[in-house]
Amino acid sequence: MKYKAKPLPPVELPDLRVVGKPLRRVDALGKAVGSTVYAGDFSMPNMLHGKVFRSSQPSARIKRLDVSKARELPGVICVLTAKDLPDAKLVTDMPGQTGQKRRAGTDAPVLASEVIRYRGEPIALVAAETLDIAEQALERIEIEYDTLPGVYDPLEAMKPGAPVVYEPDNIVATWKIRKGDVQAGMAMADMIIENTFSVPFVDHAYLEPEAGMAWMDDQNVIHIRVCTQVVEHFRSIARALGVPQNKIHIQGTFLGGGFGGKEDITVEIFLALLAKYTHRPVRLAYSREESIMAHSKRHPFIITHHTGVKRNGRITAAEIEMISDAGAYPYLSPYVLLYATVTACGPYRVEHLKVDSTSVATNNPFTSAFRGFGAAQACVAYEQQMDEIAKALDMDPLDVRRANYLSTGDRNATGQQMKSAVWLEETATRALETLGEKTSECGPIKVGQGFASYMQSYGRITWFHDTSRAWVGLELDGTAVIRCGVPDLGGGQVNTLCQIASEVLGVPLENFIIYSTDSALTPLAGTTTATRQLYMSGSAVHQAASEIRRVLLEYAQLHFEQDIENLELADGKVYVKSDPENFLPLAELTKMCAAEGLPLSNLALFKAPFTDPIDPETGQGDIFPDFTFGAHAVEVAVDTETGEITLLKSVGCHDVGRAINPIAVEGQIQGGSTQGLGYALMEEVQVVEGVIQTPSLSEYLIPTSRDLPTTKAIILESGTGLGPFGAKGIGEPSLTPAAPAVANALTNALGVRIKDLPLTPEKVLAAIEEAKNA
Amino acid sequence: MQPKMITLTVNGRKHQVALNPDETLLNALRQLNYTDVKNGCEKGDCGACAVLLNGKAVNSCLVLAWQADGSEILTNAGLGTMDNPHPIQEAFADAGAAQCGYCTPGMIISAKALLDQNPHPSEEEIREAISGNLCRCTGYAQIITAIQIAAERIAASALVGSGQGGKQ
Ligand code: FES
Ligand code: FES
Repeated sequence: MKYKAKPLPPVELPDLRVVGKPLRRVDALGKAVGSTVYAGDFSMPNMLHGKVFRSSQPSARIKRLDVSKARELPGVICVLTAKDLPDAKLVTDMPGQTGQKRRAGTDAPVLASEVIRYRGEPIALVAAETLDIAEQALERIEIEYDTLPGVYDPLEAMKPGAPVVYEPDNIVATWKIRKGDVQAGMAMADMIIENTFSVPFVDHAYLEPEAGMAWMDDQNVIHIRVCTQVVEHFRSIARALGVPQNKIHIQGTFLGGGFGGKEDITVEIFLALLAKYTHRPVRLAYSREESIMAHSKRHPFIITHHTGVKRNGRITAAEIEMISDAGAYPYLSPYVLLYATVTACGPYRVEHLKVDSTSVATNNPFTSAFRGFGAAQACVAYEQQMDEIAKALDMDPLDVRRANYLSTGDRNATGQQMKSAVWLEETATRALETLGEKTSECGPIKVGQGFASYMQSYGRITWFHDTSRAWVGLELDGTAVIRCGVPDLGGGQVNTLCQIASEVLGVPLENFIIYSTDSALTPLAGTTTATRQLYMSGSAVHQAASEIRRVLLEYAQLHFEQDIENLELADGKVYVKSDPENFLPLAELTKMCAAEGLPLSNLALFKAPFTDPIDPETGQGDIFPDFTFGAHAVEVAVDTETGEITLLKSVGCHDVGRAINPIAVEGQIQGGSTQGLGYALMEEVQVVEGVIQTPSLSEYLIPTSRDLPTTKAIILESGTGLGPFGAKGIGEPSLTPAAPAVANALTNALGVRIKDLPLTPEKVLAAIEEAKNA
Repeated sequence: MQPKMITLTVNGRKHQVALNPDETLLNALRQLNYTDVKNGCEKGDCGACAVLLNGKAVNSCLVLAWQADGSEILTNAGLGTMDNPHPIQEAFADAGAAQCGYCTPGMIISAKALLDQNPHPSEEEIREAISGNLCRCTGYAQIITAIQIAAERIAASALVGSGQGGKQ
């Protein structure tokens, strides 16, 4: 076999009882029997139905808007336009963040008043007694547009004289990295390799379209039931409505998938407005088509690499340009661009580095967060570039990477030192070894193998000064309760917290109840984004549970007349380690502590490391708490007559620090990589002149059970992460390397490279043809 | 056309409802509060709305309620409960097959229809049976494992039930 797994450095992981075990998630059975209630499943007496009237034009001025006929329709209770909400803007930055980077004046209005910047932009809201009436009301809204010249290509939009989405120009964000001396570095190179790669718009395609309901109570508090990744949006909603922040209450639900698409505000702002203006409960649920039209997309990027290399494969310098299409409103584009910028050169030592990145407004659908958050797009480019370097130098792709891989102690693109384990070679060699020998080729079918390494942050940008809170308490029968604002997207967020607390307190997992994702009744835990919840809220829960553990053990110390070190909490008991028969059920210990007035609950606040922003001129400075490292390897078969690509094998190997629940980690690796494989092979939101050509799941195709083989998940545990028990994060990282691995495997099979995702049969045939003619 | 009174028997409960001819079975079921039947597309693309209609798996968004008049309908919630889950539901929970859980009710219905016909399906047959059910979270692997586990458990309990299992 060509590749052999690099031996792992010795690691000593503490022996744990609950953490690290493949237990059934606390939310699993409810979901399996269909008891879990999702945001679209609620109804209330006296409920109204909401609908959104949207622009049919991508770039226009509203000449006339007349909603009077809609208002007159019997059964219509309320029609709102921008006139009713003077100056209401959608502010998508997180409260408490100090990193505001979006250009002033580019926030999306809640409802468009004059200028329409994308097709599907909301213009009016309707609430009616029935859904039918609400739909009829939409048809009675009269609108006339003056078409404005639009701009649909970020490169065009950067040119002088292009139509301007906002004054003064279309550049909505830029970042720079200046490290070392690129000129000098290039001068040292034996060869300079230049390539441009591009990636398309992608839809999150969560199975649950956005939905929710809202109502007002007897204190004028507006309660919103909604599927959101960010309950903290209650603050932006309050601002848009002009009400105090304590009058908006978001009660999140389990999400039917999020992946970044429910990170920005979706239906909740419309629900709040309609509830406020009607004083009645309102339900609003998007159809699939409306969902695809209304929520963000993953940014298309154009990325150019110029890499100077020595003959031995060592990179001497890199110059990288990145351009992303922000669409009609920036939303999180500046940060997505920053993530891409920071990981532009990948997990490699590049002493002389220059990166220039630009995010450009167009009249396309707006783009924002999507699992991977810019780092995924960057990886598609840098990992194809590494293979191109290998080809140019006639070296093995692994050897080129080996010559450049970061190690612990090295500094990344922004000069931040890597402190945790950096198992790049360890993960890549395991993925490749598991892939095994190449399947033999047959006739027109060519077979190729490829892989990609990556680095991806977990936890937010450190100058955001990120925090999370969690409350843990024991009941008098020895059961436990967690309250923590974390939204559960399906990745096992709430279960993970329970497994952590179970480990610390010795309360069996099934004796936990967790209340989550409520902006008023659970301590705010921050967003379920940025692969941060295990790290942030996991640490907060660990802290709170540890405090209770201390109280229990200090009391038990007196009771058993034993040293604390000789006592343990496990399986619902406290016992003497040297004499396990000498024990007390937790229920009794809890009661005794309560009788003494000891605190059996704790509210903990966990803070990530805080830093100042990176230097705006050089891009240097610490920027993330830490990074996850890993690799994905695949084997593809290509039919050179039809252009069709079949994925034969797929392996993901990641150092997750510590797997709190290995089944859940495996599920992240398999599910995340499937999205990455779809990115490579089939997924593209096609947009022509601002109009989405793939408006439903019949046109926008995602992988089905027949499209891909099972991804083999290899979980490594260095125990060096910043999270509880040494955990890192795996939610986003699982996706990142999959797409470039496919691109590299395809090139390995065909000998030619297609530098633009997705790798469709048409592009494959064209590339084969071109190679023939060359 | 006027609304018509139709009869739907859902999870063993009989409902008489007046419905318009264009009402889908999906909407009718959700209005009757069978909200475990999920709406993911309303076009037959995702399988989230799958139910057993007289024992056959269908996408309820593609069936008009009138066509189901007089039929027996089984939704995932009709298969089992938290206290008494169906072996397929139990296997989904154990194998990590439900991440966000939104595809799960439809997935389990497809699995049930498969195992009713073919108690020992191959991986390929499972992939085929759930190919109309999209899942965006799992990559399908743990769902396939869950269906394999369920098949084994159902077979094992059938052996016990028929007196062929247990101790010699
Ligand atoms: S909702 Fe019926 S198939 Fe998607
Ligand atoms: S578990 Fe989320 S769609 Fe399948």
